Amino acid sequence: MSLAHRIIPCLDTDGGRVVKGVNFVGLRDAGDPVALAARYNAEGADELVVLDIAASRDRRPTFLETIRRVAAELAIPLTAGGGIRTVEDGRAVVRAGADKITVNTAAVERPQLISELSREFGAQAVVLAIDAKRCGDHWDVMVCGGRESASLDALLWANMGVAAGAGEILLTSVDRDGTQIGFDVPLTSALSRAVTVPVIASGGAKLPEHFKEIFKEGAADAALAATIFHDGVQSIRALKEFLAANGIAVRLPC
Amino acid sequence: MNLTLIDYGAGNVPSVERALQRLGATAQRANSAECISNAEALLLPGVGHYAALARALDQQNLRSPLLEAIHRGIPFLGICLGLQVLFQSSEEAPELQGLNLLRGRVSTLPSTVKLPHMGWNPLKLKQESRLLNGVSPGAYFYFAHSFAALDLDDSVCASCRHGADFAAVIEHKNICAVQFHPEKSGDAGARVLENFLRMAA
Repeated sequence: MSLAHRIIPCLDTDGGRVVKGVNFVGLRDAGDPVALAARYNAEGADELVVLDIAASRDRRPTFLETIRRVAAELAIPLTAGGGIRTVEDGRAVVRAGADKITVNTAAVERPQLISELSREFGAQAVVLAIDAKRCGDHWDVMVCGGRESASLDALLWANMGVAAGAGEILLTSVDRDGTQIGFDVPLTSALSRAVTVPVIASGGAKLPEHFKEIFKEGAADAALAATIFHDGVQSIRALKEFLAANGIAVRLPC
Repeated sequence: MNLTLIDYGAGNVPSVERALQRLGATAQRANSAECISNAEALLLPGVGHYAALARALDQQNLRSPLLEAIHRGIPFLGICLGLQVLFQSSEEAPELQGLNLLRGRVSTLPSTVKLPHMGWNPLKLKQESRLLNGVSPGAYFYFAHSFAALDLDDSVCASCRHGADFAAVIEHKNICAVQFHPEKSGDAGARVLENFLRMAA
């Protein structure tokens, strides 16, 4: 008996609706965040992530309302992010019901944001989201929704983030996101073994074998996916039963 | 029954409130000495840095009414930091005093494992527990912490393991405490809160 590998559905939201892109573009509508949250809570999801993909100032109240309505459905932890630039932004999502905050581009632009949030809410509440893309013999950090290179090594940035007070890394492979050909094992394995905090792998999942692979070979502590859960292609319960049968510690809901 | 939730500014107060509401209980938020003195049952949720809670106890003058209430024998439940603050002190902020209701210190978990200890982990039952009454033995609970009480004395009803064994459920007279977050631990967590409410009723 040991710490379970977590399965985390992700709701990418825009204006109160769940959307999902393929390779970060080509957005399409995938449903009501509150209904999906209730379903995942009942199906045995270990956590839920809600992201505001547009992250524009004028839509912030809508996003906070989404967090409030989603949090009301959950008896599991909730992580929220998208457009968090200040401690005040962080406080707003925590007050709305989030347990953890993710930061991405804003932290690359101003790394002190990580330490400010960590001091205020604790390291366990600060998730550094890194979008990484293969570039020769290493991985580059990508910003602005995975479109621009920050000319920063992903492993180096992960360690800088942890030193600044991040308690977890949400690692998305830009090369794999939306492809459904499997998680990026070399990237996740390299980064997970390089840091002292838990790593959530994201991008490319479709089959139960992909999850088994990212836990066994990729050294991931948790795995995140969106479309395959939203579309009902993969039920969380069946996925966990498959992983348990393959000797991977998971929390099986009663 | 006057069920009181101590609100020193911790992030998880609304989650605990929601979890109690799902069980049909209403808790009053308290951030003053007077509210604590009137309480018939107390919950102390906490998450984040030990120093924030230890400082708040003094700055908001909550320490002595809290100690008085606990000494009076009213049912008390500490959650996460609310467990850690029951000890003498914590390695996370060694200069600050805890409530000193339980012997020992809170230490960091070993660096041989990933920290924070983040996620769902099952418990190892040490002795009969009122809080765990009706919870299935293999049930998982949600943890999010890097520090823990590593000395397992006879107040510990259940331990958990992450790099080292640590206290996960403590019951000592009217004092109950859990290192995990029952408000985030699905049905198993709801059962723990329900058991506390039953003890308080």
